[in-house]
Amino acid sequence: MSTPALKVTDLHKSFSGITAAKNINVEAADGEIIGIIGANGAGKTVFVNMITGYLKPTAGKIEYHGKDITGIEPRDATHIGVCRSFQVSQVFMTMTVEENLLVALAIAHEGGAAMLRSPHHPELLAEAERLMEQFTILPHRHAVASTLSQGVRKLLDIAMAVVTDPKVLLLDEPTSGVSIEEKFGIMDIVISALKEKGTTVLFVEHDMEIVERYVDRVLAFYQGEIICDAPPAEALQDPKVIEFVIGHEPEAANA
Amino acid sequence: MIDILKESRTVRWVGLAAIILIIIGALVPTWVMNNVMFGMARGLAVLGLMVLWRTGLISFGHALYFGIGAYAVALADFGLGVSDLFLRLLFAIGASVVVGFLLGFILRRYRSIFFAMLSLAFSMVLYGILAKMESLGSTDGFSVTPPTILGMEFEDKYALFVAIIVICFVSACLVQFYLKSALGYLTTAIRDNEIRVEYLGYSVRRAIHIKYVISAALAGAAGGILASSLGQVDPDSMVNWTVSGELVFVTIMAGAGSVAAPFLGGVVFQFLQTFSLQYFPDYWQFFEGLTLLLIIFFLPGGIWSLIQKLWVREDKSPEAAE
Repeated sequence: MSTPALKVTDLHKSFSGITAAKNINVEAADGEIIGIIGANGAGKTVFVNMITGYLKPTAGKIEYHGKDITGIEPRDATHIGVCRSFQVSQVFMTMTVEENLLVALAIAHEGGAAMLRSPHHPELLAEAERLMEQFTILPHRHAVASTLSQGVRKLLDIAMAVVTDPKVLLLDEPTSGVSIEEKFGIMDIVISALKEKGTTVLFVEHDMEIVERYVDRVLAFYQGEIICDAPPAEALQDPKVIEFVIGHEPEAANA
Repeated sequence: MIDILKESRTVRWVGLAAIILIIIGALVPTWVMNNVMFGMARGLAVLGLMVLWRTGLISFGHALYFGIGAYAVALADFGLGVSDLFLRLLFAIGASVVVGFLLGFILRRYRSIFFAMLSLAFSMVLYGILAKMESLGSTDGFSVTPPTILGMEFEDKYALFVAIIVICFVSACLVQFYLKSALGYLTTAIRDNEIRVEYLGYSVRRAIHIKYVISAALAGAAGGILASSLGQVDPDSMVNWTVSGELVFVTIMAGAGSVAAPFLGGVVFQFLQTFSLQYFPDYWQFFEGLTLLLIIFFLPGGIWSLIQKLWVREDKSPEAAE
């Protein structure tokens, strides 16, 4: 078997004696789409934060394609190909959609002395336009980010996370704060864009319909531990998942 | 770089303003020319503060670099006999950049009030040293010989005036080039969202460090120019916290809307100070304070925002708001 894109071994995190994550063991293959579910406070975001360097684990090991990346700095995680989006969109609020992407592309593709060039040069503009088209935000290109709807801002946030061409992408609640009508639209756009690139995706989600439709595997968290790691059909029928995550029968959730 | 400068309408307007100033300087009385000259020099330091302010950082201690620039020039003159304005400027900028680069390692870790106060603390350390150091004239400071310009001596100050306008113009162009580069866009990006910048793979601390060194260089240049044009350096008028306060005052008064704003602010402040000292010698601070209050209440974007409004009304193209 080839080296997994991401391998997490015995990951543990505690804050002043309170355990937020324990005994987390996960492997993710290249191109796999994994849904992370769990009630509030189950440890989903702590898990995402540890993988992407926002939090340092108390114990355990995180490997990316066989390389130990435990406790890595966020920007180093980005450099090696692990990136993320956020529960609350982290975009540059006073800039337009296009400027957000141009700045992101300039940093991701250029760095160093090339940062002294204007980001408004043809190659970056073309790339920004391609991304705006792919994420269907082209009509908003000149709109300032603070004026965008939650859904569009989420798409911009995710588009900015993929400019670095990540091999592993963690999306923290990509559809939170978005209307029910917009949710599936957003996920269709995002997942098809990422599948095209063969990106390994781990995304935190509360909507079981979305989980069922888009993921290859489900990781269910409860009190900082993974209580189920299985394909969605199996995981959503798991008695522990029903009791501790969904809270009732999945049929009822779909109703 | 040339592309950016060619495209930038701001550079053309600033260039035109510089030419007009040079012509006006030849026509007005010497005291007006001197005030414009000092105002422009102060504007250079304010330009440095504006670079930081655009990232959401305020330094209450930029007199540190103002003073380092001024004393570097005075020492280059006194110790090495350097008289050329531009050569002196290199000493001023060099010394400020070295100190700014070193202190930047500490300051880049702090934000908001901590950044402001730590800057103040560093400047007061220098003030304390200079005020006690007898070999540097302690609180009396010491005098600086009039500068030569490109090897030539001039009887009146008009040549110095022209040289200062040119230096200010070149600095404004360089800062404009910086702000329009990807690195400059990071200025706003960091103010908006540091986390995102880090996750795009750029070190926020490094970006702030670069900005800090640029602003130190500009403040150092301003101090160097003032030392040369005033012919005197002393801790109270170059390094004291009141000097830092004045620079912040002018930054807020001018606004951060354009690279031209600091110079306009610098000149307006210089005249404001001259008039209030002349007509209300006992209450001049009162008038300065009142002006700042009125600007904060009625023009929160600074004097430049007024110009911007008039400008945009005339020309609705997006670049006009640059």
